[in-house]
Amino acid sequence: MKRMLFFSAAFLIVWLSLLPFLWFLATSLKTEVEITAIPPVLLPSATLHFYRTSIEQYDLLHYAKNSVIVAGSTTCITLSVSLFAGYALARLRLRAKGPILACLLMVSMFPQISIAGPVWRILQSLGWLNSYQGLILPYVTLTLPLGVWITASFFRELPAELEDAARVDGCGHLQTLFRVMLPLAAPGIFTAAILIFIYAWNEFLFALLIMTQQDYQTLPVGIALFQGQYTLPWGEIAAASTIATVPLVILVFFFQKRIIRGLSAGAIKG
Amino acid sequence: MRLSLLTRERFFAAALLSPGMLLVVIFAFYPILYSFYLSLHRIILGLPGLGQPFVGLRNYADLLHDRIALHALANTLLFVFSSTLLEVMFGLCIALVMNRHFRGRGFLRASILVPWAIPTVVSSQMWRFIFHDKYGLLNFILFGSDISRYQAWLADPSIAFTAIVTADVWKTSSFAALLILAGLQTIPDDLYEAARIDGASAWQRFRKITLPLVRPALLIALLFRTMDAFRVFDLVFVMTQGGPADSTNVLQFYGYKKIFAEGLMGYGSTISVLVFLVTFVTAIVYLRLLGKGMFGKPA
Repeated sequence: MKRMLFFSAAFLIVWLSLLPFLWFLATSLKTEVEITAIPPVLLPSATLHFYRTSIEQYDLLHYAKNSVIVAGSTTCITLSVSLFAGYALARLRLRAKGPILACLLMVSMFPQISIAGPVWRILQSLGWLNSYQGLILPYVTLTLPLGVWITASFFRELPAELEDAARVDGCGHLQTLFRVMLPLAAPGIFTAAILIFIYAWNEFLFALLIMTQQDYQTLPVGIALFQGQYTLPWGEIAAASTIATVPLVILVFFFQKRIIRGLSAGAIKG
Repeated sequence: MRLSLLTRERFFAAALLSPGMLLVVIFAFYPILYSFYLSLHRIILGLPGLGQPFVGLRNYADLLHDRIALHALANTLLFVFSSTLLEVMFGLCIALVMNRHFRGRGFLRASILVPWAIPTVVSSQMWRFIFHDKYGLLNFILFGSDISRYQAWLADPSIAFTAIVTADVWKTSSFAALLILAGLQTIPDDLYEAARIDGASAWQRFRKITLPLVRPALLIALLFRTMDAFRVFDLVFVMTQGGPADSTNVLQFYGYKKIFAEGLMGYGSTISVLVFLVTFVTAIVYLRLLGKGMFGKPA
């Protein structure tokens, strides 16, 4: 009886989590007629019609390319910057450790609108509106706390003897970091990479403000702004949404343990 | 000699930290101060000829009389309060289920991560479609094929707000659950064993062991969810554009509209400052509640 109750709760959680998206996924595979049918068609005829129209009429691949460029570069840059910072905060003696961590925490918490106007003006004066670097730099800043937090929590767990041994063997600080500590912290770096990528892939507000020309817009901006002539193109929206989501679902199913570990490292350890 | 070694280490640490801190200063802290500066001026993006005259606190005085702004503030607070409360409650339930050992736990964990991973713009479009007045799933579930009773949910001021909260709770309860789960896993099994031997019921075990020991994790989940809920934007932009009748207008969205849609950089910046202050005060209150445990002890 108790087991039954437990399994039905687990079943309910799984269904409530997946069902809305599965519905949208099914929608993307329907025909125009099936989308507007009442009662709704449960099993779509699995046509790729809307994928084709969203690519041909809405230039979906173009948005996808921009998303890959922006999220990919953000991930690489944030990682390298936060590796150094995370190592310093976790392993080195320095003053003002507390205030620096507090600053990072603050950056990760305040709402984007409190900096959106000025960031837009800064980028405008640099001529970087509608440019990849114009979006990547703010993204790096916003994902930095996440990156530093996770890498620091992984560095902190490595035994101090390793560093000492490296020093005794005559390694300098940089050598110790690159030869000894980095390889050992690789799992943490990978975890941080996944979370940073997801953040940059999903971000909408800054992308909307900074990329005003369609040429540079990322997937979320495209999906939010898809317009039909008279009605909303639900089929195309669903197809584009699926394309934007599938990479993330794959990441989640392959790396759920890392993601969970990374998310709780940000909150519990620190 | 030892002193110079320490000094060298400090220099090295400072060098490692500088790129990150530089970015944070340029793209986060300077913009916050700049927002405050802008809020003291009248700047209209479409009319650069007007210059940017200093107007003192005039924008703030206007803000106090802006009924839409006050309404948006109330909406924001209500949204933050109701969504975080629901998310932490659902999160606790999900965490309790996930904390058991059973076959298929990995699948369960991956499933609850799906809503968290989906781009908010996508989940917003998805819920907008579910709430659709003609072919939305919700209408069909409630009224079957009886089209005459179908409702335009998102056009109804009293329901649109609930719809936004629903979409947010669906998307982020799992994040709360993960934080709470991390707390649950620190509770030693012996405690439950001992309580069971003493004849404590499941409810008593939950009340007397689980709840008090998971409290710090609950607070952390509340803190993270609260701060994130203040940032609600995508949902409102996609699902309702702040309408109907401003019933879902929140400060982040209102600020965006003033600055970027209407070009009122000065007045919009007062809203930015307001949002910043509200979240800052909230964060301080939470951190006080949590005590000093948040910041890492020296390694």
